[in-house]
Amino acid sequence: MINRENRRQTFYMYLFISPWILGFLVFALYPILSSLYFSFTDYDIIHPPKFIGLANYTEMFHNELFWKSVVVTLRYTFIGVPIQLVLGLGFALLLHQTIPLRGFFRTAMYFPSMVSGVAMSLLWYWIFNPQIGLFNYILSWFGIHGPAWLMNPDTALYALIIMTFWTAGSGMILFLAGLQGVPASLIEAANLDGAGRFRIFVNITLPMISPVLLFQLIMGLIDSFQVFTQAFVMTQGGPNYSTWFYVYNLYTSAFKEYRAGYSSALAWVLLIVVMLCTALIMKLSNRYVHYEGGGRK
Amino acid sequence: MSTVRALSHRPKDTRRRRKMEPIKILSFITLVVTTFLMLLPLFFMVSTSLKSKREMLKFPPSFLPESWQWSNYTEIFDTLQFGTLYKNSLIIAGFSVVGTLISSALVAYGFARFRGKGNQIWFIMLLSTMMLPYPAIMIPQFVLFSKMNWIDTFFPLIVPAFFGSAYNIFLLRQFFSTLPEELFDAGRIDGCGEIRMWATIALPLSKPALATVAIFAFIYNWNDLLTPVLYLSSSDKFTLPVGMSSLTSSRFRIPPWHLLMVASVLAMVPIVTLFAVAQKQFVEGIVLTGIK
Repeated sequence: MINRENRRQTFYMYLFISPWILGFLVFALYPILSSLYFSFTDYDIIHPPKFIGLANYTEMFHNELFWKSVVVTLRYTFIGVPIQLVLGLGFALLLHQTIPLRGFFRTAMYFPSMVSGVAMSLLWYWIFNPQIGLFNYILSWFGIHGPAWLMNPDTALYALIIMTFWTAGSGMILFLAGLQGVPASLIEAANLDGAGRFRIFVNITLPMISPVLLFQLIMGLIDSFQVFTQAFVMTQGGPNYSTWFYVYNLYTSAFKEYRAGYSSALAWVLLIVVMLCTALIMKLSNRYVHYEGGGRK
Repeated sequence: MSTVRALSHRPKDTRRRRKMEPIKILSFITLVVTTFLMLLPLFFMVSTSLKSKREMLKFPPSFLPESWQWSNYTEIFDTLQFGTLYKNSLIIAGFSVVGTLISSALVAYGFARFRGKGNQIWFIMLLSTMMLPYPAIMIPQFVLFSKMNWIDTFFPLIVPAFFGSAYNIFLLRQFFSTLPEELFDAGRIDGCGEIRMWATIALPLSKPALATVAIFAFIYNWNDLLTPVLYLSSSDKFTLPVGMSSLTSSRFRIPPWHLLMVASVLAMVPIVTLFAVAQKQFVEGIVLTGIK
């Protein structure tokens, strides 16, 4: 009987998940493996790939544009992601209180996140315009003469980082959901014990929402490694390669210079870096992340 | 608990509660300032979209247009085949949403309801694909689709959605796991098959979660730039983001800012409509499924 029930469960599980397994094999596993193979070849997509061993990888390490893209992407990530997380959590904490107009604030903060992509890039392209844009106009209220943001190699990347402030609302929504899962009884108990706001935040709230924080850290990192739209629409990687993001470099190599082999090598390096970062964060966070019921879900 | 309630019933406390605490006043002010900063770009987006070609080049930018140029909104349809772009984007996003909903709901149900052999292993595989960067697989996918002669068609942008997407499967699985077993027992006694239980019990109970997935899928596909840039080459097949990104290109000596803003406003319309219609279910869905 137990055996038959097991077999029934297995049968139905595979029946239901078969679309994904099929999709996984065709659209993920097969591409990953062929990408690995392509990365050892000279390949222009039209003619058959020619095996050249590690040449693509060695070239990469001597390629100035590759290093440029690594530095740009890492800078963007290490400055942008923490700011995004702090802002998202900060807004969520503000809006988790009972406060007048809470519903309005929540919607207003989330609103810009719906504009993401090209529309957002076009809008900020105008905002950062040195002659007529909004940004320098607001700075002028405070007597600051703003730079030519996107046309200046020293400021272009920072302009794109400033722009991410605008989408902190998407993180806020997830943090709000997390905050709602913190049992009120725990906070009340701590309150009775005389714990202040800060103590409660550090010792109760933060551990309770740490899975959300971890999730957003990993996803934020992965997204940040893959910035493309802003570079494509606003700066074309310039000026002077100051916004030459990794994936923009990868896209250019493959689809502008028709070097799909070299580009596949870039793709595999990205894949390995993402996997390493994720594994590292998971390992480091094991001690700090709290899962309900003690076990890991 | 009773102590807490008893304490808060003391008259001294009620008086204090009527006044807003300083920290809340501070929070309120912070919120007003940040919300103002967040909405300002949106306000200027709409306002600039209604300005004349001459007025858009003025500095400082005027808050409201001197003369309201509603004709900007028709001009963009004449000069940039905006109608075609819109239609293409709607077709692609629409089919992708349908595909994502059906496939993700099926797969999520399979993971949530059946403890078959290999459940854990496949689920870990699923989670790990969430971390798979698209650029890592885009070249072989491009080769695959070009071998199928799908370049410059909508198929590469729609078909993969019918095989489930990891993030949405994960979200729905979390939701399906919370449905009480008794419901399905009752269904089984009534002689329901598994597929019918999925369609008649699980799906109707999951409307908030499904609405959330639908909105996520729509926003994602509506805004996506990289995939359509790769696969679509003739301009009558372009999606909205592809057509719009050409607006900043060097063929204009001075970018037509007013038209860029018209395009941005129009690109937002479906998303805002969707959000307005489904907001309640959407927020509920995010709270219910939670990210754990």
